[in-house]
Amino acid sequence: MDEQFEPKLIGILCNWCSYMAADLVGTSRIRYAPNIRIIRVMCSGRIESQLILWAFRSGADGVLIGGCNPGDCHYQEGNYKALRRVTLLKQMLPQFGIEPERLRLDWICASCAEEMRKTVEGFTAQIRNLGPLRLQTPPLLKPIKIEMEVSRHVEA
Amino acid sequence: MSGFNSSTNGHPPRIGVFICHCGTNIAGKVNVPEVVEFARTLPFVAVAKEYKYMCSDPGQEMIKHDIQQYGLTRLLVAACSPHIHEETFRKVASEASINPFLFQMVNIRELVSWVTEDGHEATEKAKAMIRAAAKRVLFHDELEPKKYPVKPGVVVVGGGIAGIHAALVMADAGERVYLVEREPSIGGHMAMFDKTFPTLDCAACILTPKMTTVRRHPNITVLSYSEVVEVSGFVGNFKVKVKKKPRYVVEEKCVGCYECIEACVFKEPRFPNEFDLGLGKRKPIYVPFPQAVPPVPMIDPETCIQFRTGKCPKGCVNACGDRDGIDFDQKDEIVELEVGGIIVATGFDTFDASRLPYYGYGIYPNVYTGLEVERLLNASGPTGGEVLLRNGQKPQSVGIIHCVGSRDENTNRWCSRVCCMYSLKLAHLMKERTGAEVYNFYIDIRAPGKGYEEFYDRLLQEGVHFIRGKVAEVSDWAMTPDEENRLVIRVEDTLIGMVRRIPVDMVILSVGLEPQRDAQEVTKLFNISCSTGNWFMERHPKLAPVSTMSAGIYLAGACQGPKDIPDTVAQAGAAAAEVLALTHKSVIEVEPNTAFIDERYCSGCQICVGLCPYSAIYYDEEKKVAVLNEPLCLGCGVCAAACPSGAAQQHLFQDEQLYAEIEGALVGVG
Amino acid sequence: MSKPKVAFYWCASCGGCEEAVVDLADAILGVVEAVDIVFWPVALDFKRSDVESLYDGELAACFINGGIRTSEQEEMAALLRRKAQAVIAFGSCSHLGGIPGLANLYSRESILNRVYLEAPSVDNRDRVLPKERSEADEGMLTLPAFSDSVRTLDQTIEVDYYLPGCPPPVTLIVNAVNALLSGNLPPKGTVLTGDKALCSECPRNATKPEKLSLKELKRPHQLIIDSKTCLLNQGVLCLGPATRCGCNAACLSANMPCTGCLGPTSHVKDYGAKALSAIASLLDSNEAEEIATLAQRIPDPAGTFYRYSLPASLLHHRAGNGRT
Ligand SMILES: Cc1cc2nc3c(=O)[nH]c(=O)nc-3n(C[C@H](O)[C@H](O)[C@H](O)COP(=O)(O)OP(=O)(O)OC[C@H]3O[C@@H](n4cnc5c(N)ncnc54)[C@H](O)[C@@H]3O)c2cc1C
Ligand code: SF4
Ligand code: FES
Repeated sequence: MDEQFEPKLIGILCNWCSYMAADLVGTSRIRYAPNIRIIRVMCSGRIESQLILWAFRSGADGVLIGGCNPGDCHYQEGNYKALRRVTLLKQMLPQFGIEPERLRLDWICASCAEEMRKTVEGFTAQIRNLGPLRLQTPPLLKPIKIEMEVSRHVEA
Repeated sequence: MSGFNSSTNGHPPRIGVFICHCGTNIAGKVNVPEVVEFARTLPFVAVAKEYKYMCSDPGQEMIKHDIQQYGLTRLLVAACSPHIHEETFRKVASEASINPFLFQMVNIRELVSWVTEDGHEATEKAKAMIRAAAKRVLFHDELEPKKYPVKPGVVVVGGGIAGIHAALVMADAGERVYLVEREPSIGGHMAMFDKTFPTLDCAACILTPKMTTVRRHPNITVLSYSEVVEVSGFVGNFKVKVKKKPRYVVEEKCVGCYECIEACVFKEPRFPNEFDLGLGKRKPIYVPFPQAVPPVPMIDPETCIQFRTGKCPKGCVNACGDRDGIDFDQKDEIVELEVGGIIVATGFDTFDASRLPYYGYGIYPNVYTGLEVERLLNASGPTGGEVLLRNGQKPQSVGIIHCVGSRDENTNRWCSRVCCMYSLKLAHLMKERTGAEVYNFYIDIRAPGKGYEEFYDRLLQEGVHFIRGKVAEVSDWAMTPDEENRLVIRVEDTLIGMVRRIPVDMVILSVGLEPQRDAQEVTKLFNISCSTGNWFMERHPKLAPVSTMSAGIYLAGACQGPKDIPDTVAQAGAAAAEVLALTHKSVIEVEPNTAFIDERYCSGCQICVGLCPYSAIYYDEEKKVAVLNEPLCLGCGVCAAACPSGAAQQHLFQDEQLYAEIEGALVGVG
Repeated sequence: MSKPKVAFYWCASCGGCEEAVVDLADAILGVVEAVDIVFWPVALDFKRSDVESLYDGELAACFINGGIRTSEQEEMAALLRRKAQAVIAFGSCSHLGGIPGLANLYSRESILNRVYLEAPSVDNRDRVLPKERSEADEGMLTLPAFSDSVRTLDQTIEVDYYLPGCPPPVTLIVNAVNALLSGNLPPKGTVLTGDKALCSECPRNATKPEKLSLKELKRPHQLIIDSKTCLLNQGVLCLGPATRCGCNAACLSANMPCTGCLGPTSHVKDYGAKALSAIASLLDSNEAEEIATLAQRIPDPAGTFYRYSLPASLLHHRAGNGRT
């Protein structure tokens, strides 16, 4: 395996707990591995398999999802919806030869800076160990919608 | 749907990228000029610039100027967290006549410069995030903030000094206030004390007048012996359901003569009074303490003969006579309130000292908690203010143990902030009332308030003993005749470096402050969060100490963290001011991150209907599609994630926007 | 004036789509009347050279069914693309990859091994695997190359329209042909059916409860399915909510759940992922373990949610992380 391998990671975090925790890690000047790119959504209940697979498809080697602790979701039960989706998706990933560990769901409270750091560090190390995700997407990709939109616009 | 909307009039979008140094906070780590160069290469970016402090006036002016000069149609600011300055830059955009939602904030401080060791890595990460945002912003739609009228009125939950003070401030300003207290009387912990540190003014003398004013205030409705059972709606438009538990004495009919209590078939009080922590007795019909507000007795069905046997001569009913104030059939009553704002002021609970068996609480009768001693010292308390041991004698010596259930890995790690001070207060009062020798066992004395250190000094002069060290054990195991029939406190005196045994007649445990036992349920009810240890979490520890993450819901008093009365009152005033600032607006603007359902693509499968936590979606039988009732939607996006047709989407978090952001963060240069 | 020329071709498919054309019954006579079928290997004896001899764009339309797995299919698709003004991906396999597309869960090697070496019915002592070129007494024999994965038609050539379904419902075919003949065509890239999910035309939709949730998941053989009420409400996994309408709920009229052959609506990027998200959201538990137990009631999620659309999915194929 490539010793220099540095994974690309996407973190999709809910606005109220996990994103707050990520902010707090910053304010506390705690350092962590730079591999993760964080995307904010209002609630982990907004996250679904298409976004996760899209991240893998776009080159992510791992996807971290952060929500509030059970019972603490700002919208009552969004985190449980995320849990249901992630559970079923994780069951499917091995069928695609994707290690389920590449998808991780964690509950991180708004004041849990240290936990956030540990999670990111741990996840980065874990994916670094797993190595790159090698998807076999077809040589001729169907133009994805985004590219179409852009080109359509340029023509206009 | 998404995409390049009309504002661009068919012209290619022109994005402006503004990258902030934040002094050295960002620029000290991220190579900003390099990022600027990079941003210029991104599709549709018309201008990219850097500045020292983008949020400052000149920074904002520069953005506005460039929007005009370069004809920008979309805006990107890479700076701090959106939680800090998203609003600022949205305003800049709209002042320069770009729709504020054609803007995206990139957090390269909290998420990049402050958390990355290596400058090169930080620079690359900043680039990726800007690339992601530059892609995403292309798919932003013009949006209008949702505007709703604000309802007048405020619900204050908890009638301790925090709730009382906040209610009075708001009521005096003309606001309608509903004060909900779950105990039979308002007053909270403060009503239990005799004197208050550091001034030693009598608690009742300063609290009782406030309680009476609350009762008389035309703008305040006190809902005592009541609990909030449901909260729905959103900032400016809350619906609050309150359950009034039956007190079996009709509040509206009661005149407060207490003849019923006199006439009860129990001639003497026989049952432990909860308000006195069981130290005093009451009858089945009682008021918890003489100054209770409302001054209405209540019947405890557990002990009342009529409730237990149905065969009581009912002295109370006879005494009440024509006033007809007693109603054994009273049931729970649900009151529905519609208000603009809510203040949560549910206070604290004290640490349960029996969790530390080596201090002997619950084992040795003469080990008391500080709160119990407050009752004993209180002139209208169970002993009329006399401190007596269980055997009726006056204590000759008293040991006060600080930090019980505070600053301890095994119980609570926090400092409860008031225990040192109330220990000093109790030391003073014990000496004054009983003449006993008083020993304080402390880790260190924390007296950081106005007049507090001076109070400590005064105690030192009064001849109270101070022994520095953590008490190991309280026991009745005598080693010398002097210790016979007394309590022995074993402690390592760290100032002289030896273990000492101090025999005393009475031990007072200065129990710490803890969140209310039902704190978790309360957070769920009000949709607020807890910080570590279950204290309610403020929106920002420094800049928004009384707001919560739920707009329109504020915190006051010890529910947010241990604090003394002066701080509690100050915070209550602040919360009141924030609520007034809210309710005095005629309309409130709400982030338009609501869902929308495109009925052209909705098959009416109704999956979203059952998933929405706020029942904001209903099925239209006529049209056979799901329809959103927008004001109820709080914008979680659960429906958008579940909608199997992609017909339900969430503004600001549409599929295309998130795809673009994810892709941009991963794919491309760098 | 001469009649418009039309071709039909099949790639990796089962032949069911050809059946569907024959199923047009009376309607096919009308079609034959109106057009000139110049190429239809399954029914009429034409050769590749007949197509090659057409000039570019001579075909008004070409209907291609089946996914693309071999070099021959790829070449024919490219050839037909050149000759036709409009290419219509016909049926689930060419639209989304279809059932043969499930092969993308396996590597090329493991498929060849399984089929030529390991299957219990195989007797291949010399362990011969098909080769593109092999010397024989008769000379050099050639076979089309077997590519790494099954692709959809539009992952191979540009496609103008899609006729979805396994096979496409007759009414959709008739409408499409009429549209082609009248020149009354929607924008290119359109899937030629409605853009709402099946619930919109399912007679059982009216029986949905106020709050749909899955307390249990059953396979169709594990219960007696009530023929009137929504299958999800009976705990049977029906993919109707995620699948395009246009079949008039055909499977439901046979009291069987929708398995998704008409594919996703236009606002969905990945059919299986979206269907999985929707169904998972309904699992009626908030406990991690209970959720996992419920989820395990779907033993083959990839096969369930991507039965017809694996090659068109975001992942397309099993990842090549060195493990099979
Ligand atoms: C032994 C002791 C001595 C102290 N002495 C002093 C002193 O001398 N000087 C000083 O400055 N500070 C002192 N303090 C601190 C002081 O008690 C607090 O600062 C103050 O009581 C905080 O007021 P509060 O209104 O926030 O909370 P509380 O006094 O706890 O009031 C909260 C109220 O909310 C009600 N409530 C709780 N939950 C609900 C609910 N779900 N629904 C409705 N109502 C609810 C409670 O019944 C209560 O009435 C002392 C503390 C202790 C423990
Ligand atoms: S986003 Fe959807 S599910 Fe969430 S509150 Fe709004 S309507 Fe309900
Ligand atoms: S808001 Fe954090 S998970 Fe719902």
